[in-house]
Amino acid sequence: MTTIPHPVTQDSPLAKVRVDVVPLLLVPMLALLMLPLVGSFPTWVTLTVAGLAMGMMVFMMASGLTLIFGLMDVLNFGHGAFVSVGAFTATLVLLPMKGWVETESVWMNLSVVGMAILLAMLVTGLLGWAFERIIIRPVYGLHLKQILITMGGMIVAEQLIHVIWGAEQIPLQLPSTFRGAFIIGDAALEKYRLIAVGVGLTVFVTMFLVLNRTKVGLLIRAGVENGEMVEALGYRIRRLFVGVFMAGSALAGLGGVLWGMYKETLTAAIGGEMTVLVFIVIIIGGLGSVGGCFIGAMLVALVANYAGFLAPKVALVSDILLMVTVLLWRPQGLYPVAKR
Amino acid sequence: MSEPLLQLDGVHTHIGQYHILQGVDLAVPKGGITVLLGRNGAGKTTTLRTIMGLWHASRGTVRFADEDITQTRTPDIACAGISYVPESMGIFSDLTVRENLFLAARSVKKADQMDEARLEWIFGFFDALKKFWNQPAGTLSGGQKQMVAIARAIVEPRKLILIDEPTKGLAPAIIQGMVAAFRELKRTETILLVEQNFSFVCALGDTVAVMDGGRIVHSGAMADLAGDQELQHRLLGLSLDSHQ
Repeated sequence: MTTIPHPVTQDSPLAKVRVDVVPLLLVPMLALLMLPLVGSFPTWVTLTVAGLAMGMMVFMMASGLTLIFGLMDVLNFGHGAFVSVGAFTATLVLLPMKGWVETESVWMNLSVVGMAILLAMLVTGLLGWAFERIIIRPVYGLHLKQILITMGGMIVAEQLIHVIWGAEQIPLQLPSTFRGAFIIGDAALEKYRLIAVGVGLTVFVTMFLVLNRTKVGLLIRAGVENGEMVEALGYRIRRLFVGVFMAGSALAGLGGVLWGMYKETLTAAIGGEMTVLVFIVIIIGGLGSVGGCFIGAMLVALVANYAGFLAPKVALVSDILLMVTVLLWRPQGLYPVAKR
Repeated sequence: MSEPLLQLDGVHTHIGQYHILQGVDLAVPKGGITVLLGRNGAGKTTTLRTIMGLWHASRGTVRFADEDITQTRTPDIACAGISYVPESMGIFSDLTVRENLFLAARSVKKADQMDEARLEWIFGFFDALKKFWNQPAGTLSGGQKQMVAIARAIVEPRKLILIDEPTKGLAPAIIQGMVAAFRELKRTETILLVEQNFSFVCALGDTVAVMDGGRIVHSGAMADLAGDQELQHRLLGLSLDSHQ
C-alpha cells in the first residue's frame, strides 16, 4: 500500500503547538503594574479581590452570551433579562426563608443560597428555552431584527418583573456568615467576594472541562467554527443551540443571584444595566471564545476598580477605553475564533 | 444493471434568485468511484450540496438507498449513511486531528472507543494523521488538512462518500499520494467525486458524468471518455495530452 508523502513532516520536527499566552498574562501584569500606583499594599489587595469578584460575576453573565453568538450568530440584547429574572427569582427563596438567612449557621446559610441559586437557574433556563422558541427562532440570520426584538424582549421582561414583584426596590440581605471580612495583615478581604471568586472559578473550570473533554463540548466548539459541517456530520445543531441557550440563560441567572446579593438591592433594571458591560467583555474576549470572555471579564472589572480608586472620573469610561485599546491591538478580540 | 445507490431525477436548485441546477439526472452505482466533471460554475458543488440537503431542490427528486431524501434535513441524510467532504474541507481547526475524527465517529461516546483497526487502515494511506494525531488540525498543511477531511468521512463505514475537489491547491507529489489512497478506498467504498483535474480522475473513475450549465451533458464509463479525445475536447474543452 502506498502512503501519501507529507513533505512537511519528513524532514522537519513535529510542529509545535503554539499556545497564545500573552492574553493570559494581561491580568497578572495589570495587577502588578497597579501596585506602585495604588501605593498601599492592603488597599491594592482589597481592590484586586473586589475586581476579581466582580469579574467572576460578569463572566457568569457573559459566558453564555459569547457561546450563543459564536454558535448561531445571534445577537441577544435581551440577555440581561435573565440576570434580572435570576436575581428576582432568588427572592422567592431568600425572603420567605429569612430565618435561614439570618442564622449564624454556615450550613443553613449555604443551603438557602444553594436553593435560591438552583431555583433561579431552573427558572432562567426554562425562560431561555421559551425565549429561544418565541423570540429568537423567527429572526435567525437577521441581525437588525435580532437586536430590535431581543431588546423588546428585555423591556417586556423588566415590565413583567414590575408586575410580579412590584415597582419598589427589594432589599436582598446577605446571609449572616457571608458578611464581614477576613483581615490578613492590614488587608480586608470581604468574605462574599471570596465566595464569588470561588463560584466563578468553579463555573469556569466546569465549562472548560465540558468544552474540552466531552463530545457535546467538542461539538459546541466545532459548531462555533463551522455549524454547517457539524450538521453534515449528522448532528442537529439547532438542538445543540437550544441546549447552549438554556445553559447560558441559567448561568446569567446564577450571575444575577450573586450580583443581586452583592448589591443587596434589587431593581428590575439590574440586568439591563449590565448589558453594555457584558457586550464589552465578549467583544474584548473575541466573540465565541469562553477563555477570552473570562480574561475580558477580569480585565474590565479590575480596570474599573483600579480606575475608581485612582481617577474616579476615568472610571466612567474605563471599560470603553479598555475595549478600544484591546481592539487596536487585536481587532478580533483577545482570542479570535476561527470562522469558516 | 442493478438499482443505483443514489439517483437524481430532474433536480432543480435555486440559490436566491439564481437558477443553478436546471434538471440534473444522475445515477451513482454502488461501489467504486463515480466522477462528476465540469467547468467552473457548471453546478458540481451545488449538486453535492443538494444531495447533502445543504440546499434543497426546488423541483425533482433525490433518492438514496430507495429512500426519497429530497427534503430530508442534512443531519438525517448524514445518519442515513452519506458523508461529505466539502471543497473548503470543513475541518475544525481549533480541534485536534483526533477530536475531528471522534466527532465524525457518531457511534462512539469517547474518543478512545474509536475502532482501532479502522484507524490503522486509515493511517495506512494517510500516515501523517498518526504523526499529527494530537495536534490542532488548523496547524496542518493544506494536504494534511485534506487527509483529515477525507479520514473524517471514512472513520466509520458509510454507504456513500461525497468528495468535492480534493486535489484543489495541492502539490503534485501530494496528489500522486491521493491517487494511491483513492485506489485503496474504492475497493470497499462508494464515492461520488467532483473534480476539475481530469488527469487525476481518468485513471481512478469507474463511471463519469459531465456537467455543463446546470445539467448532466454526458454520462457513461470513464474508460470510454478517457479513450476518446474528441469527446473530451467537446465536453471539457481539453485534450488529455494538454494535462499531462
